[in-house]
Amino acid sequence: MQLDNEEQAMLNGELGEPRRWAIEHMLQVGQFFDAPDLVPVTQAHIMADTESLGEAGVEFLEKMAACPPGEREVRIPMITDPRGIDFCHYKRLKQTDAMAALEQRAIDAFESFGILMTNTCINYQTIMPPVRGEHLAFGDTGVVIYCNSVLGAYSNFEGGPSALAAGLTGRTPRYGLHLDQNRKATKRFQVTCQPQYLSDWGALGGIIGARTGSYWEVPVIEGIESQPGSDEMKHMGAAMASFGSVPLFHVVGITPEAPTLESVCAPDSLQAEVIGEADFESFFARYGGKGEKVDVVVFSAPQLSLLEMQSLATLLDGKKLHADTSLLAVTSPAVAADARRLGIAERIEASGALLLEGMCFYQSYAREMGEANGWKRLMTNSVKLANIIGGYGYEPTLSNMENCVASAVAGEIV
Amino acid sequence: MASPHIIELKCHVGVGAQVSGEALVTDDNFSARYDLDRIAGIFSRPQHKLAGQSYVDRIMVFNTAKGGVASAWMLHEMKSRGIAPKAILFNSVNPILAQGAALANMAMCDRFADGDVTQLIKTGDQVTVNPQSGLVTIQRM
Repeated sequence: MQLDNEEQAMLNGELGEPRRWAIEHMLQVGQFFDAPDLVPVTQAHIMADTESLGEAGVEFLEKMAACPPGEREVRIPMITDPRGIDFCHYKRLKQTDAMAALEQRAIDAFESFGILMTNTCINYQTIMPPVRGEHLAFGDTGVVIYCNSVLGAYSNFEGGPSALAAGLTGRTPRYGLHLDQNRKATKRFQVTCQPQYLSDWGALGGIIGARTGSYWEVPVIEGIESQPGSDEMKHMGAAMASFGSVPLFHVVGITPEAPTLESVCAPDSLQAEVIGEADFESFFARYGGKGEKVDVVVFSAPQLSLLEMQSLATLLDGKKLHADTSLLAVTSPAVAADARRLGIAERIEASGALLLEGMCFYQSYAREMGEANGWKRLMTNSVKLANIIGGYGYEPTLSNMENCVASAVAGEIV
Repeated sequence: MASPHIIELKCHVGVGAQVSGEALVTDDNFSARYDLDRIAGIFSRPQHKLAGQSYVDRIMVFNTAKGGVASAWMLHEMKSRGIAPKAILFNSVNPILAQGAALANMAMCDRFADGDVTQLIKTGDQVTVNPQSGLVTIQRM
């Protein structure tokens, strides 16, 4: 790979051990994917939860954080994905002091790099939405697919180590979605049944993700008749990335790189696959449980926007949760502060629901939480969460927010 | 006793050091976040084709990687406890798993010249993975 003089100096260790490690890491990844060189990036976003870092990951960060400030500080604005702990509520969730202590060590290390602890996977709704054509090093698959698809920015999925390497150097290997030739559509879908609820948009993402099934395929979607908003695109993208590891989609007439079908593919070269009502029905039918007791209802993955919080508050107004059912609403610290200022948080909490901030349910020791709280049957409107949480010992049920709230009040899945 | 049958598979240059071990193969996909009980060292997601099986010290073979940025940290964490695969091979991997293997110094390769690696390698095969040469050698009795 081609390195400029500064990158070579970093590789030689002239700018300290953290930057030497970062360039060496990027060379390994870049060579794996045939990157010709490194591309400058303007922002980095790092997955920071200790469940995935573990003791080994935290030690790795601490070792680097012990270097002098001039060697360890990031060179571009860098923010964090949700953590594993909400320090105000971890005891109530029956997370342990050991989990909180490890989390605090990780935070201390991240802060010593000059990383802003935003603790959010909806930074594109709340912090600094990227601009079309901006090269980025973003973690969280939901963040990446949204920024690529809806905003026209350029990012690969950057796992924690690679995002850190990008922050330390201001660069990332130029491969995958940093190259225009990899952003053209390779699969074509025709939607004949219009999504209504956010969970329907998620289901559409899940169906397309499962049928696409690869990081290196790009779906283009035709037939959407309504104008989706940010939350609709958020749920669709997060589910598509979760089901298929897909980092980019186009919606004809809606997303910026696809004003027309012709702008992203040669239409004759791709046969359209139809997605209709029966596909949605069979997708939802995977997640059963009707009539069963529901242990926990979770709104998370991605974190709720302020508008989702408002919808939830309206649905919960004047209602009380069933004594044997918990309801968790998970959002970013920024949205939580606004929700509190606007009285939305109090309306949610008055029902007995728990408002959590800065974390995300599935990356918060979900298995241990489930065992400690006796949670087995989980209901959500998040297709991404429904997809993931089975691996953590839960039985997921998927429905829209209205049914989730009604079930939390009834104590059984309606 | 019959001498083992040797098969050499060419792939793209990967990451990690050379390792040998016993293969565990599926045409299913992989995410460390979604599919594993990382404490017990088994596949835990009921829908996964390897549900209930141990991945510890195996040469894992999958079709591709799914979701989950977390896998980039998780391979490093799994290896630090010694409850990890020796190597992971894919038909086609996503950046997250390749980044994670680079951090963990775990052998990982993809893009096999001879076709579908989930068909070329069988569970129980003795396999040597040489990522730097882009070469996987199968010893089959």
